[in-house]
Amino acid sequence: MSIVVRNVSKRFGDFQALDDVSLDVEGGALTALLGPSGSGKSTLLRIVAGLEWPDSGEIRLAGEDATELTTQQRGVGFVFQHYAAFKHMNVRQNIAFGLEVRKRPKAEIRSRVDELLELVQLQGFGDRFPAQLSGGQRQRMALARALAPEPRVLLLDEPFGALDARVRAELRSWLRRLHDETHTTTVFVTHDQEEAMDVADNVVVMNKGRVEQVAEPRELYDAPANEFVMSFVGQANRIGNAWVRPHDLEVVLEPNGTTREAQVERVVHLGFEVRAELMRDDGERLAVQLTRDQAAQLELERGQIVYVRPTRETVF
Amino acid sequence: MRKYVLRFTALAYLAVILLAPLTMVFVRAFDKGTDALWATLTDPNTLHAFKLTLLIAVIAVPLNTLFGVVCALAIVRRRFPGAGLVNAVVDLPLAISPVVVGLSLFLLYGRTGWFGPWFERHGTQILFSFPSMVIATIFVSLPFVAREVVPTLREIGDEQEQAARTLGANGWQTFWRITLPSIRWAIIYGVVLTTARCLGEYGAVAVVSGNIEGRTQTATLRVQDAYENFNQAGAYGIALVLAAMSVIVLVAMTLLKPKEDAA
Repeated sequence: MSIVVRNVSKRFGDFQALDDVSLDVEGGALTALLGPSGSGKSTLLRIVAGLEWPDSGEIRLAGEDATELTTQQRGVGFVFQHYAAFKHMNVRQNIAFGLEVRKRPKAEIRSRVDELLELVQLQGFGDRFPAQLSGGQRQRMALARALAPEPRVLLLDEPFGALDARVRAELRSWLRRLHDETHTTTVFVTHDQEEAMDVADNVVVMNKGRVEQVAEPRELYDAPANEFVMSFVGQANRIGNAWVRPHDLEVVLEPNGTTREAQVERVVHLGFEVRAELMRDDGERLAVQLTRDQAAQLELERGQIVYVRPTRETVF
Repeated sequence: MRKYVLRFTALAYLAVILLAPLTMVFVRAFDKGTDALWATLTDPNTLHAFKLTLLIAVIAVPLNTLFGVVCALAIVRRRFPGAGLVNAVVDLPLAISPVVVGLSLFLLYGRTGWFGPWFERHGTQILFSFPSMVIATIFVSLPFVAREVVPTLREIGDEQEQAARTLGANGWQTFWRITLPSIRWAIIYGVVLTTARCLGEYGAVAVVSGNIEGRTQTATLRVQDAYENFNQAGAYGIALVLAAMSVIVLVAMTLLKPKEDAA
């Protein structure tokens, strides 16, 4: 089901959370809302879910005006960052909730809950209470709960934000697989660009209550629409009025006319790559990314003088 | 070592302030023997006093429970102008002396008060009768449920309620299935405190009831009456029963609670 946001604005007191935002989310896609904290991404998601009301503007779900619909009427599944598990109910009861309030037959509820327990790999945990689950298990339970009533849209608000790095990586590839199987229109909010690029078909970059760019992950990185996207998605150096990615800087040991002199301030070996911080003669700092072989050849070390030259730059 | 000092201090304080007087009541109640105690307690006017006290509690406690929960929800969940004022007003009965409450009801429902003449024309006696005693008791026991529920509601937050809404629950279903189970211990504790306060109310009821033996005399009023008439065994006996009722309610709650938490 498609989601259309038209000219939506929202203020919280003096804070302009959303400033005339318009956005089209195509049905069946997995979309990420990416932005720094305070960019309005969560507010936008909550407005789509009906958990907040826009001051002005319109929300259309599957082509129909949903602006005035309550959360209950919208038929969206919502997953909260801190799980919002029903603490007094066990896993089965949590998952069954959306079906029970719809007064579905008992047998149907039971089989649907079994199906979902398997889908989120929580078989055998049905009788546990949320307090007896790990964070990752709780979030999977919350996902199963949101999916139970077969929502037309699945909305996730920083779903993996409260989990540790390993569980996070596991869950996000799992979310991707789940989406490939169900093709439910899915929108998730994240401040982690790697997460957005890794999981989503489309990424919506937000900043200060506005949409900066909507693009596929690769396009976002290769053809950022403006300076904000350039600097927020992936690392970038500013050289004069041009922007250069750390891997688009060539480092050599001898000057050749087009290069600038710089001093190595720090070298970090990350296993698969080497990152270095350079200080140019005019005091400008540069981040450089090298392959292991390049770094080995240059024998980079702190204090060393090198010569750098951008191989590709972007000017806005 | 410091741990024991603290523990001892706390226990000693409780013993002197709480347990010693209760023990005294217990001992004195049996001073003239069990027969005398039984005779006092089975006196028709004493039985009436207990019935009256319980009847008032049976009316006041449910009303204040309902009000307390609604009020707490209004204070915590609904952002409306004046929520702070409501929050403050709820505590008023704790700040005002019950005697003042009684006097204000006296002024309100008396012959020259705002409401008194209206009720009198319609043949309803408020003062010196059952209604004023109920009103006075409701007033003094008003804050307890709200006071217990408000912090619990704040602590659990509203994410679970929002989740219930996204799952298709309406307001009523959300309240019954999500909010109420989360706050039930706060409500129960509030009910216990309210009940204890209702059973023990003296000041406000003393002013408005007229203290007519066998008619508008509650158990606490009868304790005072018996004491003033040099019927010490009677006074202590009734006091003992009142204290026992409160202790039973508290103990019952304490016994119930851990089982529920382990589930």
